[in-house]
Amino acid sequence: MDVILQNFLNLKILGEAAPYLWSGFKMTLLLCMVVVPLGVAGGLAVALASTLKSKWLRWPVVAYVDFFRAFPPLVLLIFIAFGLPFLGLDLPAFAAVALAFLLNTSSYYGEIFRAGIESIPRQQFEAARSTGLNAAQTLAWVIVPQATRNVIPDLISNTLEVAKLTSIASVVALPELLYAARQGQALTYNATPIIAAGIIYVACLWPLVRLLSRFEHRQIALH
Amino acid sequence: MNDRPPILDVAELRKSFGHLEVLKGVDLQVRPRELVFIIGPSGSGKSTLLRCCNRLEEPTSGSIRVEGMDIMAPGVDINLVRRRIGMVFQSFNLYPHLNVLGNVTLALRKALNKPRAEAEEAGMQALARVGLANKAKAYPNELSGGQQQRVAIARALALEPTIMLFDEPTSALDPELVGSVLAVMREMRESGMTMVVVSHEMRFARSAADRVVFMDQGMILEQGQPEKLFNAPDHARLKQFISSIERH
Repeated sequence: MDVILQNFLNLKILGEAAPYLWSGFKMTLLLCMVVVPLGVAGGLAVALASTLKSKWLRWPVVAYVDFFRAFPPLVLLIFIAFGLPFLGLDLPAFAAVALAFLLNTSSYYGEIFRAGIESIPRQQFEAARSTGLNAAQTLAWVIVPQATRNVIPDLISNTLEVAKLTSIASVVALPELLYAARQGQALTYNATPIIAAGIIYVACLWPLVRLLSRFEHRQIALH
Repeated sequence: MNDRPPILDVAELRKSFGHLEVLKGVDLQVRPRELVFIIGPSGSGKSTLLRCCNRLEEPTSGSIRVEGMDIMAPGVDINLVRRRIGMVFQSFNLYPHLNVLGNVTLALRKALNKPRAEAEEAGMQALARVGLANKAKAYPNELSGGQQQRVAIARALALEPTIMLFDEPTSALDPELVGSVLAVMREMRESGMTMVVVSHEMRFARSAADRVVFMDQGMILEQGQPEKLFNAPDHARLKQFISSIERH
């Protein structure tokens, strides 16, 4: 028992690692605040593009979504950070992470929004168009608000995944929470910083998980 | 009736879905303040005709003029045209995420760019006209079917259309709720609105319509004043249709 406490929940070590963890936490928070809105906006754009009537405009969007859903995000990030410089595109670590997440998460958010848009009956579109709203106004004020409401649980669920996935930024030496914890671990020869990082993730994401399960219960009750 | 130029002038209208020709050359003129009733068996093309009139369906050929303007002409702004043509659907199609006033004012605010206060004033007037000013803050799912359909009528009226198209406005309603919608339509007729109504409400047609049009298999087979059409139809198909409807 003592050995376990010594190595995993060592308060003295925790005190030493705290400044690292704090700055790592702030970086992770910043990453989420950039990456989630980017992904949601990109996803909405992807979903709207996939509703286009023209086959020639829709096809590249389908290819984009399929490709980036199948492409492992870690491989994508490593390629952007360490492969693209050979092509002359040397992005700062933060920008590389943001780009990788935009490509990866916009395809996921895009599929969620597309499902939402497809769940809205065609008559809603017709009713709006019959009052003289154009197609873009109809999407903005009638279709997308309803579609979004219908897929809120999926959006939350995906956001949880995205928040956890930001830890892959550690491979490009962006000092986010996992990176900081690994640093703390290396400096102290102790696993406590890693455990602490895990606890911070859980503490931050748990409210979202609760919220999600409330939504899911409500949906079951409605059916 | 009256000899003013027609508000709606449909000529040689054809519409095909793939190989299926749903409208086979329809001519229809609707004059100001006229209430035209379109009846006919299901699949006869009544709804398609109505939906072509504001180009929710794209006609295959023929011409449609609204207030003299060819709405099929290239370069015509269909969104402007649609504001002049109110449309009411069988399934109401209110926006469930907006309250009643939001439903009625959406196009005023977003398509006509009216300021909120002005849009809401016009919206409240339209709601008062259908007797639902007291429901402005309610959401569609809190209303009965009849009330929802009256809101849908108010949504169209708020744009001050010159003609209103009704696509089976009472077919989705419980029988006891039909009356309230018909009462609103009767009031509109009395205040001079030009209306085209696809419906099976024969009693309403008898008492309110200026003209009844019988469609069958994508064509207008017979039209005339309601008494003539209902009491002494020329065509056997119409005779058969009327007796089948009135048995219910």
